[in-house]
Amino acid sequence: MGTDSAGDAFPPIGDYGLIGDCGSAALVSSDGAIEWLCCPRFDSPSLFAAILDRERGGRFRIAPAAPYHSARRYVDGSAVLETQFRTASGVLRLRDCMVAAPGAGEVGALWPEHQLLREVRCLEGRVDVEVSCDPRFDYGRRRVRAEDRNPLGIFLQDRGDVIVVRGEIPLDVQGGCIRGRATLQQGDRRFVLLAYDHGEPASIPPLGDNAAHVLQETLDYWRGWSGRCDYEGPYREQVVRSAITLKLMAFSASGAVVAAPTTSLPERIGGIRNWDYRYCWLRDACFTLRALFELGYVAEGSAFFSWLLYVTFHTHAELRVLYNVFGGSPGSERTLDHLRGYRGSQPVRTGNAAEKQLQLDLYGELVAAAYEYVCREGALGAWSGRLLARVGDSVCALWKQPDQGIWEIRTPGRRHVYSVAMCGLALERLIEMARAGDLRLSKRRKERFARISDEIRAAIDRHGWSDRRGSFTNTFDGEDVDASLLLIGLYGYIDPCDPRMIATFERVRAELGSQGLLQRYAHHTDDGLPAGEGAFGICSFWAVEYLARIGRLREAEADFETLCGYANDVGLFGEEIDPESGAVLGNFPQAFTHVGLVSAALAIAEARGSRPTAQLGGRERVTHPRRMPGKQAAEDLCVEEPR
Amino acid sequence: MTPLLGSLAAALLAATVFTLVMSASQGFGWTRISLPYMIGTVFSGRRSWATAIGFALHFAIGIAFAVLYALVFEAWHRSGIEVGAGLGLLHGLFVLMVGLEVLAAFHPRMASRHHGPTPTRQLEPPGFLALNYGWRTPLVTLVAHVVYGAILGASYVVVS
Repeated sequence: MGTDSAGDAFPPIGDYGLIGDCGSAALVSSDGAIEWLCCPRFDSPSLFAAILDRERGGRFRIAPAAPYHSARRYVDGSAVLETQFRTASGVLRLRDCMVAAPGAGEVGALWPEHQLLREVRCLEGRVDVEVSCDPRFDYGRRRVRAEDRNPLGIFLQDRGDVIVVRGEIPLDVQGGCIRGRATLQQGDRRFVLLAYDHGEPASIPPLGDNAAHVLQETLDYWRGWSGRCDYEGPYREQVVRSAITLKLMAFSASGAVVAAPTTSLPERIGGIRNWDYRYCWLRDACFTLRALFELGYVAEGSAFFSWLLYVTFHTHAELRVLYNVFGGSPGSERTLDHLRGYRGSQPVRTGNAAEKQLQLDLYGELVAAAYEYVCREGALGAWSGRLLARVGDSVCALWKQPDQGIWEIRTPGRRHVYSVAMCGLALERLIEMARAGDLRLSKRRKERFARISDEIRAAIDRHGWSDRRGSFTNTFDGEDVDASLLLIGLYGYIDPCDPRMIATFERVRAELGSQGLLQRYAHHTDDGLPAGEGAFGICSFWAVEYLARIGRLREAEADFETLCGYANDVGLFGEEIDPESGAVLGNFPQAFTHVGLVSAALAIAEARGSRPTAQLGGRERVTHPRRMPGKQAAEDLCVEEPR
Repeated sequence: MTPLLGSLAAALLAATVFTLVMSASQGFGWTRISLPYMIGTVFSGRRSWATAIGFALHFAIGIAFAVLYALVFEAWHRSGIEVGAGLGLLHGLFVLMVGLEVLAAFHPRMASRHHGPTPTRQLEPPGFLALNYGWRTPLVTLVAHVVYGAILGASYVVVS
């Protein structure tokens, strides 16, 4: 780890650790600086945004005054981040958390909406520690006067927001910034906290033993939560860390999972591929649900599924690409021109224009999630069943339309093979659920769904397969491939062992793969933006899962381990990985990459036989329902490896 | 409508408008004062309960104060919008300068500005003129009370 204590240079994106309270989240650098925090929820304006602008963003740093080397980890089974600073005179430990489940069951306690709690303890020798806290409201656009109301704390308020900063290290306001300094001897412990409230008189948390108690409660909460993970297969440590990371990105009030807690961390340094990911995509709903259920988090899975149904109902069974945590519109895309962006990567965006795109694969994702749910939790209610039937109607009306596809390309729509396949999957799953009695479809509807699903299969056969290239293609009558084609096998729309799927998988790996990583599509693909991006973490995990599903276990394990090597020092993945440097790119951390990791680990566990294929809902989960007319028996291509 | 029912309706209307003005001011971010929340937290440490209890009590207090206003109108043999508004202004000043100070002193969950918060006393105290809750707080509070008084003054003319 670095020794830079000035903090003027941007750390690598992978230098950050994540803390949160399932309502908001903060990024902490290895320098002990909180450089990203939005309150009261993930997509609110930031209070600290030094990750996007070193001067205007604001940060909250606690670190030794002298040069140091730092190393860090999460306290076992928790989301409490621990950074250890080693200086010439001693060792300092910093523990950071956002308080979880505050004061549950305590009578007479009022707690702030959000609380950042930071504990510094001198483990060896003697260390001079410095505190600097410089909150900037509204993405750094508003800097307000800090008001010292000792002994209550230092208050900053703006438009109904109020922040209270308190510490056992004496704090005062210098040049508009809150600063403090203290010398700690071995065994000394000090707390510093920041509390946030909105619209009401603030709650001012006490320090001392009370803060220690709150920290312990937070640790207990996370250990209790991670202890509920019933996964005992391979790579458990990575799986549990991914589960905790997903939990940190799940909005507890609604069950929604945001794609990432950040905006505009670039997919290419200095480029314009900078997007706001603090919203909830329906994409990978099925994998997310499966991951939560398989790890034993039934409550979280059910909450997520309820949220999926709610947003479907809210948009009259015509799905939007993304939603805010309450299922509403994220608002139009805007740029924050006053922020310089991470390493000059402009623009910094809020909102996301992909909201207005047509992405047909979402229908398949949603119905597949419903299918996953009924396989585990039993039949759907009548209301949910009617809603899903209307989703099927939407699919029948829309499937022939060109769309922007899974990659949200900003060019005119095309007919993406994956999108069309997911439309077919949606209809087939609906029919199957109706047959099993999980939902009711009228005879007319069932016949219509069956007829159109047959048309879809025929269309994919005719236009989605290239005899010349010997693979499925990314668009109808196209020649290229992209990584989404792997999902056609992983969702079971076509058997992953089908010779044509195997051929497609091999071509995807050959053309898009490098050093165990996978690009989402070829560099020459016109996506409406300047070329240049890293390999996609989730696509790379899809390839691992694919290998496991077709029985190539050793390759799957080797690739999985290679991929895990790209995680940062505390096990977090971003959206993309630079294949040359291994650096993290894009918003960080990325929920879908962690979903991909869990899914791949589960597939490896199943392939090893250390975990049964899930069976619930009174029938075996169907992962390979139908095969495309193939030239070779699918089983012939699936490899049986010695375990 | 009987005078009693008319008076009750006027009191309800005044209390409702007062609550709306204060809540809207909170919503627009002009102030963080929340009289229902401050009253409710006397009785409960749970936010949701405190808010519910506080709103009920605050409403009841609003109606009770309407009786006091009526007594004053009766004693002065004068009412109307101007008189009601003037009385509301006086009422608002009293709340800001005396009422909130007394509430802060006796509130079981409000932190002391001299000793800081404790595990059971963590609520931010209002400070002079409740300025701790934002510099617009005195203005908003006075406007709400003036509107409250004006409604009662105007209603009293009609009812009586």
